[in-house]
Amino acid sequence: MKKIVSLFLIVILFSSCKDDVECCVNPGGSVTLKFTHNWNGTPITEADFNQLKFTNANGDQLSIEKLRYVITNINLLDTKNRNLVDLGQNTGLSLTIPNQKADLINLKFRFGFKDEDNTDGIYQDLNTVNFNVPNMLGGGYHYMQFDGKFVAANNQEAGFNYHAIRAVNRTDPNNLVFKDTSFEVDLGEIEIINDTTIEIKMNVAEWFKNPNTWNLNELNTVLMPNFDAQILMNENGQSVFSLGEITQ
Amino acid sequence: MPLDGKKIRNYIFLFMFFLFLMNCASKEEEIYTPIAYNLKVPALFSEKLIGPLIPVNNPLTEEGVTLGKKLFFEKLLSRDNTQSCATCHSPKKAFTDQLQFSLGINNNLGTRNAMPLFNLAWNFSERFSWDGQDFSLENQAFTPITNPIEMDANWQEVTAKLQNHPTYPDLFLRAFGTAKIDSTLVVKAIAQFERTLISANSKFDKYLRDEATLTSAEKNGFTIFMEEEKGDCFHCHGSENNPLWTDNEFHNNGLDRNFTDLGLGAITGDPRDNGKFKTPSIRNLAFTAPYMHDGRFATLEEVIEFYSTGLQPSSTIDPLMKQINRGGVNLSTQEKADLKAFLLTLSDFDFVNSPAFQE
Repeated sequence: MKKIVSLFLIVILFSSCKDDVECCVNPGGSVTLKFTHNWNGTPITEADFNQLKFTNANGDQLSIEKLRYVITNINLLDTKNRNLVDLGQNTGLSLTIPNQKADLINLKFRFGFKDEDNTDGIYQDLNTVNFNVPNMLGGGYHYMQFDGKFVAANNQEAGFNYHAIRAVNRTDPNNLVFKDTSFEVDLGEIEIINDTTIEIKMNVAEWFKNPNTWNLNELNTVLMPNFDAQILMNENGQSVFSLGEITQ
Repeated sequence: MPLDGKKIRNYIFLFMFFLFLMNCASKEEEIYTPIAYNLKVPALFSEKLIGPLIPVNNPLTEEGVTLGKKLFFEKLLSRDNTQSCATCHSPKKAFTDQLQFSLGINNNLGTRNAMPLFNLAWNFSERFSWDGQDFSLENQAFTPITNPIEMDANWQEVTAKLQNHPTYPDLFLRAFGTAKIDSTLVVKAIAQFERTLISANSKFDKYLRDEATLTSAEKNGFTIFMEEEKGDCFHCHGSENNPLWTDNEFHNNGLDRNFTDLGLGAITGDPRDNGKFKTPSIRNLAFTAPYMHDGRFATLEEVIEFYSTGLQPSSTIDPLMKQINRGGVNLSTQEKADLKAFLLTLSDFDFVNSPAFQE
């Protein structure tokens, strides 16, 4: 009889332990990445487009007419992945990744494509929206198309096409020299407890500011074949993204 | 041997039962299931593009496409039975009429150039017409039938004419399961036919499939098309990786300093859209003159000259238009000739001559 009682108590004890463990583990949940845009802290939406309401670090007054860019290899996903953010079309601004375990994560992604992922013509969704780079520039895809107008030194409005791609040196057209100008963005550690929304902020003004003060009178259009301009974009891009609000 | 009363009753019962079964069988025959249409997507399209957009409430069927084609060429759709869709959208002209403005049944001229029709199932924004006024291909088909300067009909009369026609009720029954004809079913059928209009067999398509070679002028023209400092056409009109040769978006390409036609802006009410019109595909330009939304350019030479030297500044001109203060990028005579040579490689003679699309 004593043995039976002991066995019964042990079973109760173990059951009790199991319950205790379950009650204290965070369940995890979905993670939603929310892409927002600002100009030195002032939010930008599509409603702000086509107005000469921004002034860059060089003092150039400018408007935004198109802003779309691709991010790849978000480390919360196991497989190769990409997301085209298009602020003008209000698409790609939110990306939900389901079934994330409760964990301390280090959120990383890449702006643009690593060379090994930047194969010409292989992404049907990006082909459909004309995000390709011409073959004479090595093919593959844009990282970003950022178009607008600025007030030039002659006080006339002029267009700019701040298009980021893999840098290419075409000094010898038969022997193109490339430099991968995509870059990794590391947003640091975030604790996932349950359903979580993570804001990823792009300060658009940074593209013109840090560390290179961008003069739109000198660098405005035909920047895709401009190797040096692509390097400058890469350098300025490093400080463009930051971690915003986390809600869960 | 004479039949007794019981046997007669049995025979009558069997006869009635047989009639009952026959009745059931004929009812079953009336329920006709249309056959799914196998849309032949060109290999280049399936390789490069996301799949065509077919609405779940209007799947393609053999019977629907056949009916849609018959309706596309049907003059009963106009008030005085003189015009069909094909009057302004002729297959031989890549579904245009090669007029600056189309002539309606009352001899009224429109204000826009008839758009060519092909590869419409890949318009993912679903905004149709030069100004994007029609959302979905089905809705687009509604517009010209009742437009007073086009076919000037009313739907009550059109559907009555079709309902009294000797063959249409049965064709609608087979396509949609009902012989009662209404405007929604008419435009659904026309849209089904229009989604089958696929153009993907030009010389340049064959070149991409290693079935044809380009001349040096054509190759050089393609380079000019793709070079950002030259034509920079690819940002809107696509490339070998987008065989639609359009972004299906709306741009102000610098035609006018002041707008007499607001285009997309008149539809959205947003002044930021003033002067914007849909990017047309550059396929089949050999068959679709004159050019632009108002057919202002009679020849391709005029179009190329406009992009080279004729750009007009305005508040909504697209930032992709370069060197506006010089009128454009000022291509050389040779560059312009080569660009034209390339553009003509996108002419799809098989498409305009396809028996599947003729009346």
